[in-house]
Amino acid sequence: MTSLQMPKVENSILSSREEIISDIEKIINPDNVLSHEDEIKPYETDALAAYRQTPLLVVLPETVDEVSKILKYCNENKIKVVPRGAGTGLSGGSLPLADCVLLAMGKFNKILELDYKNRCVVAQPCVTNLAITNAVQDKDFYYAPDPSSQIACSIGGNVAENSGGVHSLKYGTTTNNLLGIEVVLMDGTITRFGGKVMDSEGYDFLGLMTGSEGLLGVITEVTVKILKSPEVVKASLIGFPSIEDAGNCVAQIIAQGCIPAGMEIMDKALTKATNDYSKAGYPVNAEAMMIVEFDGTEHEVEAYMNKAKKIAENNNSSSLKISKTNEERLKFWAGRKAAFPACGVLAPDYMCMDGSIPRGKLAEVLNEITRLSKKYDLPVANAFHAGDGNLHPLIMFDANDKESLRKCEEFGADILRYCVKVGGALTGEHGVGIEKRELMCEAFNNNDIQQQLTIKAALDPNSLLNPGKVYPILRKCAEEGRVHVHGGKTKFPDIPRF
Amino acid sequence: MSMEEKQNSQTFQDFNQSIFKPETKEEISEIIKNCYKKNIPLEINGLQSKKRIGRNFQSEKTLDLSGYSGIIEYKPEELYIKVKSGTPIKKIISELDKNNQQLAFEPNDFGFLFSGNSNEGSIGGVIACNFAGPRRFKSGSARDHLLGFQGVNGKGEIIKSGGTVVKNVTGYDLCKLLSGSFGTLTVLTELSIKVLPKPETNKTLIVNNPHLKKALEYFDITLSSSIDPSGAVFYPEYYRKNFTFNDLTQEGAIIGVRVEGPSNSVDHRIEKLCAELDILNNEFSILNQEQSNIFWEKTRQLQVFTSLKGNLLRVVIPVSETFEVIQKLKNYEINYFLDWGGSLIWLQIEEINTKMLKEIKNIIQAATGYLTVIKIEEDMKATIDIFTVNPIKYKISEKIKKSFDPKRILNPGKMYSGI
Repeated sequence: MTSLQMPKVENSILSSREEIISDIEKIINPDNVLSHEDEIKPYETDALAAYRQTPLLVVLPETVDEVSKILKYCNENKIKVVPRGAGTGLSGGSLPLADCVLLAMGKFNKILELDYKNRCVVAQPCVTNLAITNAVQDKDFYYAPDPSSQIACSIGGNVAENSGGVHSLKYGTTTNNLLGIEVVLMDGTITRFGGKVMDSEGYDFLGLMTGSEGLLGVITEVTVKILKSPEVVKASLIGFPSIEDAGNCVAQIIAQGCIPAGMEIMDKALTKATNDYSKAGYPVNAEAMMIVEFDGTEHEVEAYMNKAKKIAENNNSSSLKISKTNEERLKFWAGRKAAFPACGVLAPDYMCMDGSIPRGKLAEVLNEITRLSKKYDLPVANAFHAGDGNLHPLIMFDANDKESLRKCEEFGADILRYCVKVGGALTGEHGVGIEKRELMCEAFNNNDIQQQLTIKAALDPNSLLNPGKVYPILRKCAEEGRVHVHGGKTKFPDIPRF
Repeated sequence: MSMEEKQNSQTFQDFNQSIFKPETKEEISEIIKNCYKKNIPLEINGLQSKKRIGRNFQSEKTLDLSGYSGIIEYKPEELYIKVKSGTPIKKIISELDKNNQQLAFEPNDFGFLFSGNSNEGSIGGVIACNFAGPRRFKSGSARDHLLGFQGVNGKGEIIKSGGTVVKNVTGYDLCKLLSGSFGTLTVLTELSIKVLPKPETNKTLIVNNPHLKKALEYFDITLSSSIDPSGAVFYPEYYRKNFTFNDLTQEGAIIGVRVEGPSNSVDHRIEKLCAELDILNNEFSILNQEQSNIFWEKTRQLQVFTSLKGNLLRVVIPVSETFEVIQKLKNYEINYFLDWGGSLIWLQIEEINTKMLKEIKNIIQAATGYLTVIKIEEDMKATIDIFTVNPIKYKISEKIKKSFDPKRILNPGKMYSGI
């Protein structure tokens, strides 16, 4: 991976390492301060494993008070701090810096309250996304946003990245399902935004913090709303003779007033790869395959499913299968969720991109990706959250071949630029982190970025909290931007992705 | 005269007027740039439907956005509409109607309250105030529907954030921050708003004559049910006269629960809800689509407060606290109705003084909620807090205000004194 400029390392901080360790050991239990090389090595990267850097030291606070004291100490002594949740982020948001204190929130792992009366759950930030649903499912409730890494990713990390999932069109992303947070600012101020009510008045700091990628504050408690599980959930598997047909089908389903819980499209390459990998029963000869899921009452699901079926037929669908049981529905999804490992079989390495595009531009963007694939002579497979316009091309390459890596990087940046060009966004759900930092100038001009930097400066004037992430250093626009997976292995190869 | 000098001279001439009525965003930017240079505070107005909400403040000039209106782009299949901020909500709703789509957050209409007639205001105003109607608990608020914006900050710089797609995590989510900021951070110019298909049909289950405690029990069951309601409101007996429908024959307080979707699903869910609530045939009525639509329009438009003489407070608390809070509030001369399944209390008080307001605010804050003064005697406005804020949040608000509007020229003092 090509090098990326990070904030200047402060030698004075490096040289006072022992002093800093001893100071922090006075603030928190010394057992929770990790400084030996073997102890801090596991924290050198998140799921964007191509970038590695061991921090100055790792601290594992146990209370909000400790977080506050650590931040206050670091702020007063101009020491950089990088917060970290479960470390499953795909954009390098928790990549340490050589002169930073890595604030690992792993000990904040308890669910604090199940409040059915107000239909919410209060949890510490390192509780996993799935654990929230698991905690309330015996009463038939669930937490709606479901990033595919939900088995491992933390709810605090979800807030920091504003994570989505496959149900975002109908149920929104984290920001639409979050009621309150407790947060510690860089100067040590502990505060709460929101609570157990909707739309706290005044400036919406809850909304500002959500998706701020750990640059504005450290989240120490999260309150999310929970929903009653729908009566029935059904999915159908539809094959199309062309991407255009599948794209038209999506547009018409929405134009006719159906809002599916989830709607996914895979191109032929990915359909075949995932089917070979997981034997999901996909229509492998179709040029595009779509999974459409509806939830609600029996009547509602049936009505929408019939409508979708008719629309698919009008758009030349070549096959259509509706799930008869929940097991079958989950099998439909299993293939889709195994897209990462399935691609790992096809090529030594692959990179996963994460752009958002208007739904109607799918065919155009995929045609461009096909053209670029020929130009760079690298195969690509595409997955698309058609409901919410989130596109995930997987570019296959060989990292041992420097030329192949270089071409892959250029290919990826070209795709994201095209996403922006057709009215989309650089990142739908993986975050900017360091991965897409240099592409921010594609989406924003100087005024836009300066305004965001001024907000950062208002809350963290010394730029000590997670510096070097999201915003380009010196606003240099280079050609970076992708998730790099070496040898078909992510940092956490068993976690389903995107 | 150079080109630049010509432009400056032009602006200077225009600058003598007390009301600016720009038609382009470049003009808006130019006006604010000038005000920034000359330290001139501006009052930002759309269609003035919510002008009376918020604090009174001194402003030398007014930026009137009513002429900055129009639909820039409407893509029904992409589920968004891009409009200029002065565009009337009415116009947007009628445009969406043509494609059977809607603004799912049902913005409140404060016209009946303040002037006796509908005045929906402009989209810019609706976003700037972030008041959502009955469907809030299901579909989100105005802030959840703002996909992207362009605006002008307090230095006159045109800035943007977000886009037109629902999934976008590129940079800080300024759409959220600006929603509900009452024009104090940025003058919104272009807004991309998420739109959604209208449900095929809807019906409303009216439960007759519940007392408050029973009503809250019914809400608890309803909102914890898989019937997926999209409205849950409780009107005490004194508001009952506002709801005369053929199918409502009984007197007394009412609960209304709205169910939307395909017609057979709606029937099935209402049937299911009746069973879950365990109510007898003579205890409920069902409003068909036509009556149901009227019922929820009246609720969204706060019609029970038409030309209200007294004061109106908007209280939001966790629903678990509603019963106790109402009991405490009964020490004052109040009328109220509940929306959002019991979490939103619209509180009508004939006469109020500073001390009373403070006491009420304490009750609400103790219940971890917040209170916004919507309508109060004008002469009281100088001495009371319209919004609820704690010292830490005030301090942060001050910093954020400064980052957008360093000279405090955009609606200064509209939300908080000194901000």
